[in-house]
Amino acid sequence: MSALALHPLTAGFGGAVEFIFHKQVSNVTGGHKVGGFEQVLELALRQIEVSVVALAIAIVVALPIGLYFGHKGTGEALAIGLGNATRAVPELAAIALVAAVVGVGFWPLVAVLSLLGIPPILTNAFTGIRQVDRPTVDAARGIGMTEPELLRKVEMPMAVPSIMGGIRTASINIIATATIAPLAGVLTLGNFIINENVYGANGVLAGAIVVAVIALIFEFALAGMQRQLTSRGLRLQAQ
Amino acid sequence: MRFNQKKPLMALVMLIAALALAVGISACGGGSSSSSSESTEAEAPATEETTEETGEEPAEESEEGGSGGEAITANPANEKVSLTIGSKNFPEQEILGEIYTQALQAAGYNAKSDLSLGSETVALKTLKAGKISGYPEYASTALTAFFGLEPEEVPSGATQAWEKANAEFEKEGLTAFKPTPFESANAVGLLKSTAEKYNLKTISDLKGVSEKLSLYGSPECEERIDCLAGLEKYYGLKFKEFKPVDIELRYTVLEKGQADLSILFTTDPKLAAESDKFVILEDDKDVFPAGNVIFVTSQKVAEEAGPDYQKTIEDVQSGLTLKVMQELDARVELERQTPKEAAAAYLEAAGYVE
Repeated sequence: MSALALHPLTAGFGGAVEFIFHKQVSNVTGGHKVGGFEQVLELALRQIEVSVVALAIAIVVALPIGLYFGHKGTGEALAIGLGNATRAVPELAAIALVAAVVGVGFWPLVAVLSLLGIPPILTNAFTGIRQVDRPTVDAARGIGMTEPELLRKVEMPMAVPSIMGGIRTASINIIATATIAPLAGVLTLGNFIINENVYGANGVLAGAIVVAVIALIFEFALAGMQRQLTSRGLRLQAQ
Repeated sequence: MRFNQKKPLMALVMLIAALALAVGISACGGGSSSSSSESTEAEAPATEETTEETGEEPAEESEEGGSGGEAITANPANEKVSLTIGSKNFPEQEILGEIYTQALQAAGYNAKSDLSLGSETVALKTLKAGKISGYPEYASTALTAFFGLEPEEVPSGATQAWEKANAEFEKEGLTAFKPTPFESANAVGLLKSTAEKYNLKTISDLKGVSEKLSLYGSPECEERIDCLAGLEKYYGLKFKEFKPVDIELRYTVLEKGQADLSILFTTDPKLAAESDKFVILEDDKDVFPAGNVIFVTSQKVAEEAGPDYQKTIEDVQSGLTLKVMQELDARVELERQTPKEAAAAYLEAAGYVE
């Protein structure tokens, strides 16, 4: 029957787009149809929701630490080491661990995802601040800026490209990884990807396409934000 | 990090990155889907008189993996036949794959295993592509997932289910050997204390209570007719909520008190080992079709491999009752033996190999 005839490569792009907009027959659901715009939208919104919350938490946690140590010029081993160490934790293992200890659901999932976003934000904020031209910082200090002023008015503006780069990497990591959420109690677009049995090859591809589109939207939004935050002088320099 | 300028080029780069991401994700998805396919185990229902099919070897009611199978003798004529035995990617399947592989080796075949192929869809594709010689499949899964039957159309007798599946497989150039004695099905499981609190024995007893209870199951459970969709449709149940979880967590969520109900499998070793803690509700409307395992192979391979192929497989599985299968699952899932070790222990204890 259809499952036998279906091959992911032959199913193709058109089938996936069809899946996004129209419900399709599945051979394990006892007749009710799956997919369609409503279900795709519902899962996409859930994916965006967990991703935004996780990204926000990652920023709140990682950015101040990165900025502080970057400004102090100490704790390099800690900032970089911590960043790299958390990067080495496989997310699936982390989810399994959190599930075993805390349980499954929205918040445990968000915790794991934000853990994933912390390393790039932390490392990039730290190195971004460290790499600010030292004579410039000294000059600012020379004209009487206080330390918080230095960070806010000199170092941070000059480190914007690096800091935003970290946030953008984190957002892509988080959005992509949020696809495994259906294994931890939250139905995201990964549901289509994980359950080929139910949604077919069209569903798998449709899920991947929508996730990619969401990642792109985030990427463009953050790029726009970065442009707004970058000072005019730096932008000219970049040209 | 200067993304501001040169927008058209940047957009192109991002598009490529996104596509790469999409491909990457779907690849990951393929991998993980295998874990969810474990639930298909559940598709197969259980009860009946299945032991009679195994028929011919009277000695094999086998308790602990144990009674007398005839020792398999090596036939030198089989040496030039190479076979690759596959399996889906969860312990029970891997144990079965190993049992078949080692038995075929004992019969003189040049056999090797290629286990953990993923979901049934992947396993079937691999078989049809000729990359494996055969793999164990649940008759009910084959009928519902491959051949589009409704669960209520799946015959409850093991022989009838096998005959029906085999007839369909033959149209595809495949063939299925006789079914195993044991069968496996999805089950609604819960803590014994919860069952006592609400006085639950059957799934029908959930009527009127289910609105207060949460149900956890594999992500695919939600839409499957042999899972949540069936509970809603045939039992008319509405649950407080359904939460998808990794199949590995099906007992954890009960132990953690997160789930009131969780979808388990009748062959789960934990059900036997911790029967004072976990119970399953009787499927009084037969919504979860039980499935005995049938070994699916291509007709071409079966012909080339000679009569010992089918005979070895049907002989060696005849000792696999529900109890034995649970015990073997326990060795792997609870005692952390490898499927290979568990299979070897079975073959030896049952007397198929010395």
